[in-house]
Amino acid sequence: MHKYILKRLLMMVPVLLGVIIIIFSLNYFMPACPVARRLGDAATPDQIRQGRDELGLNDPYVVQLGRFVGNIVRLDFGDSFHTGQPVTSEIAARFPNTFQLALFGVLLGLIIGIPLGILSATRQYSLFDSGATFLGLLGASIPNFWLGMMLIIVFSVNLGWLPAMGFDTPLHMIMPVTAIGTGSAAIIMRMTRSSMLENIRQDYVRTARAKGQSERVVIFRHALKNALLPIITVAGLQFGVLLGGAVLTENIFTIIGLGRFMVDSMHRVDSPVILSGVLFIALIFSFVNLAVDLLYGFVDPRIRSQYK
Amino acid sequence: MQNTETQQKRKKHSQFREVWKRFKRNPIAMTGLVIIVLVASLIPLAPVIAPGTDFDPGYDVQNLRYRFLPPSLQRHVIYDENGNQIGGSGRIHIFGTDNFGRDVFGRIAHGASTTLSVGFIVLAIALTIGVVLGAISGFYSGMTDNIIMRFIDIILAVPNILMALALGAVMGPGLTTIMIAVGIGAIPGYARIVRASVLSLREQEFVEAARSIGANDFRIIRRHILPNCIAPIIIEATMGLAGAILAAAALSFLGLGMTPPSPEWGAMLSLGRDFMLAGEWHMTFFPGLFIALMVFALNMVGDGLRDAFDPRLRTANISKKKFLRQTAQMRRDLAGGE
Amino acid sequence: MATANHLLEVNDLTIHFLLEDGVVKAVNDLSFTLNAGETIGIVGETGAGKTTTALGLMRLVQSPPGLVVKGEINFEGQNLLDLSENDMRKVRGNKISMIFQDPMTSLNPVMPVRDQIAEVILLHQNMSAKEAIVKAEEMLNLVGIRKERSKEYPHQFSGGMRQRVGIAIALACNPTLLIADEPTTALDVTIQAQVLELMKQLKQDLNTSMIMITHDLGIVADICDKVAIMYAGTVVELADKVDLFKNPKHPYTVGLFGSIPDITNDDDELKPIKGAMPDPTDLPSGCPFRTRCDHVRDACAAFNMQKTDVGNGHYVKCILFEGKGV
Repeated sequence: MHKYILKRLLMMVPVLLGVIIIIFSLNYFMPACPVARRLGDAATPDQIRQGRDELGLNDPYVVQLGRFVGNIVRLDFGDSFHTGQPVTSEIAARFPNTFQLALFGVLLGLIIGIPLGILSATRQYSLFDSGATFLGLLGASIPNFWLGMMLIIVFSVNLGWLPAMGFDTPLHMIMPVTAIGTGSAAIIMRMTRSSMLENIRQDYVRTARAKGQSERVVIFRHALKNALLPIITVAGLQFGVLLGGAVLTENIFTIIGLGRFMVDSMHRVDSPVILSGVLFIALIFSFVNLAVDLLYGFVDPRIRSQYK
Repeated sequence: MQNTETQQKRKKHSQFREVWKRFKRNPIAMTGLVIIVLVASLIPLAPVIAPGTDFDPGYDVQNLRYRFLPPSLQRHVIYDENGNQIGGSGRIHIFGTDNFGRDVFGRIAHGASTTLSVGFIVLAIALTIGVVLGAISGFYSGMTDNIIMRFIDIILAVPNILMALALGAVMGPGLTTIMIAVGIGAIPGYARIVRASVLSLREQEFVEAARSIGANDFRIIRRHILPNCIAPIIIEATMGLAGAILAAAALSFLGLGMTPPSPEWGAMLSLGRDFMLAGEWHMTFFPGLFIALMVFALNMVGDGLRDAFDPRLRTANISKKKFLRQTAQMRRDLAGGE
Repeated sequence: MATANHLLEVNDLTIHFLLEDGVVKAVNDLSFTLNAGETIGIVGETGAGKTTTALGLMRLVQSPPGLVVKGEINFEGQNLLDLSENDMRKVRGNKISMIFQDPMTSLNPVMPVRDQIAEVILLHQNMSAKEAIVKAEEMLNLVGIRKERSKEYPHQFSGGMRQRVGIAIALACNPTLLIADEPTTALDVTIQAQVLELMKQLKQDLNTSMIMITHDLGIVADICDKVAIMYAGTVVELADKVDLFKNPKHPYTVGLFGSIPDITNDDDELKPIKGAMPDPTDLPSGCPFRTRCDHVRDACAAFNMQKTDVGNGHYVKCILFEGKGV
């Protein structure tokens, strides 16, 4: 088990290195110059050159890449061009909200999606199933940022029930989490339904029925446990999608989070923030994937036996 | 040889006819298809139903006198206290007008071509690269496969939107940025599906047979393997088109897209957002509705295609309760008939 | 024919599948009786409706699309088709249990084998979880699996071992009737013999009645008391084993024997039955076997598949014997 985790951690290294190189190269070859941007139109070429020298932007590609990687290994992500603060602290200040948003979104998706998916599968072709399937498809199609805005229009502007901005109290969280979690709920529901349908037809479910087991136990103890694998996979992928999706939700609900910070940084051409933000999210996402992989083993003994 | 090829073609045709037959019977899928056709018909109809630059207010002429008109089915006319007409655009603004006095429906109609063509271009990029990578990866396992799949892993490790932000910072905002960003993000889906299909097809007899008569790899992949994984590709492409439209709208909403004057659904949403809290709901509601409708319709068609391509023996699509109710009479007849 | 003595009496059991492409008449007017301790073999080709029959007796046919159209399953004097689902559950796994064809798929892959046996014990016997585990380990021991392996999962066992687990599950509650659906088909030949031997012995020890579903006449000869020959959903011949082997009546049965190689008779040519089973959604009218039968005549298309008693409880459904019964 430890050996497996270690192996997986080692496998993450080339992928993350790939992310670093690609993101860094994009940044290196970018035509927009952050120094010129910051100094404004009045800046002379000399000032710009000096500014670039100070930031080390005139060094050759390999030197800059090496320095960048070296800094990352020391967990030094540089300073934001815009605020002058270390990127690490900027991210640390904003990430908790983003993480919560994505986490609650996935949890909402699991809480709604799994029961609906199970019910839908056990009543295949019923009115409930048709309704749930339709809603599932609809939920997966509605843009989450549009849903967020519609929620604000209805519940903040017209009804005045919920605050339209911020993420401080549970009351604040209701709309952002609903907006971001609806799509996940729909996708998790669809996956639960199809995975359950697949498993309900399996021979071992018939064996359980032949034992005289009640339908409820057959569904939950036998079929569901076997159906969990693809559901977990989708939930893990959704977590990554929502980390990205948080960019939109944070914008709409004016939440102080990493996503909104990165959009602002993009407009400001604040490359250290973009670089390390993307890298940071990729790292978090990789760990989530690792956790999902370990969960597989927890659920399925066949996979567990491969870990040794 | 000639003969077998025409036979193969005929067989393929009949397979598609069979799929179409099953697809036609699916009401949800057909609804989706109708919606797509209706929305797509906005493209040729836009100049007729929503004339623009020579009308005031058109979809692209600003006239602040007519700003924020609410959605209405009646001509916009302003009367004085005596009931005499003293102004008004004289036109019907079913979706209202925006903050510049432009007709929202007109902008949606004109934006359809941008939104759909962005979707199709992204699809074309991602599909081509994805299919090529997937086919190579699946056909030549080992080192080649390994390198390609690690590349795919790298793309997958970064959420699409963030990749787009990084690209946006580098290339500056614009439609091209959006198309490249969304296109790259969509590659892994196609690559993985094609790779999986190729892996399972590679060992089959007809590939062995083709190899034994001396066909080269390229020919085997193009003529024997790809035609046989067309079904999953078509399904994924339909859903992928929906995803591309959604992602492009999201990026455009974040300001990565077009410069404001030209109509594009995501950008319209972004503009409407500034007036959302002021109660101008129609500026966000309608463009978003069209994005949702289009994506929903494509997903409906995708689901329908998946079912139609599925060759498994279909059971009667009814619930257990209904089944028992419907068969009660039949059971009585048969049991009583003896 | 004294009804009261039979453990199981199946009358006119008819099961259809209602599919989009038509109705599959999987089991038609199936009737047989079984006494305590007896074993009946149901023999037929793949797709003859044997498994549907077995599942139908357990009331486990997937519905929709499956439908028990008519018939009676009188078990210990009670029609199982009249029982509520709740009462039926008390019969399944307890009085009637089943061994399935494919041991690779019929065990739950994410549950230790011990728990899968304990599950059925807990359901039907008044035992604590701990006692059930002990009993489950005893059952494993009975089928020849060491206690140390009881916590392992199905994927850690070979096919033959898994089928032993399946047997342990089926016999855990001392059922009065055991339905074995081709229990050895998926196994290697050498393992087949072991498993069969095990079943035979346990059946004797526990005095269980058995329905052995198979396409292997060798197994029938080895283990059964009587035999039902099934073709396209219909039992075309039903007889005592010895009677049937000595004196097969129905052309299909005769054909089945003809397609077995006989090593004692070298020059005897193997005579396979010509043609293939008809499309189950489109069975021929009258006798379903007429499309492959050597003795076919015009009247076969209108034959109502009436059974004829040719003596000694030997029944045959063929126009050749119509009116020639005893």
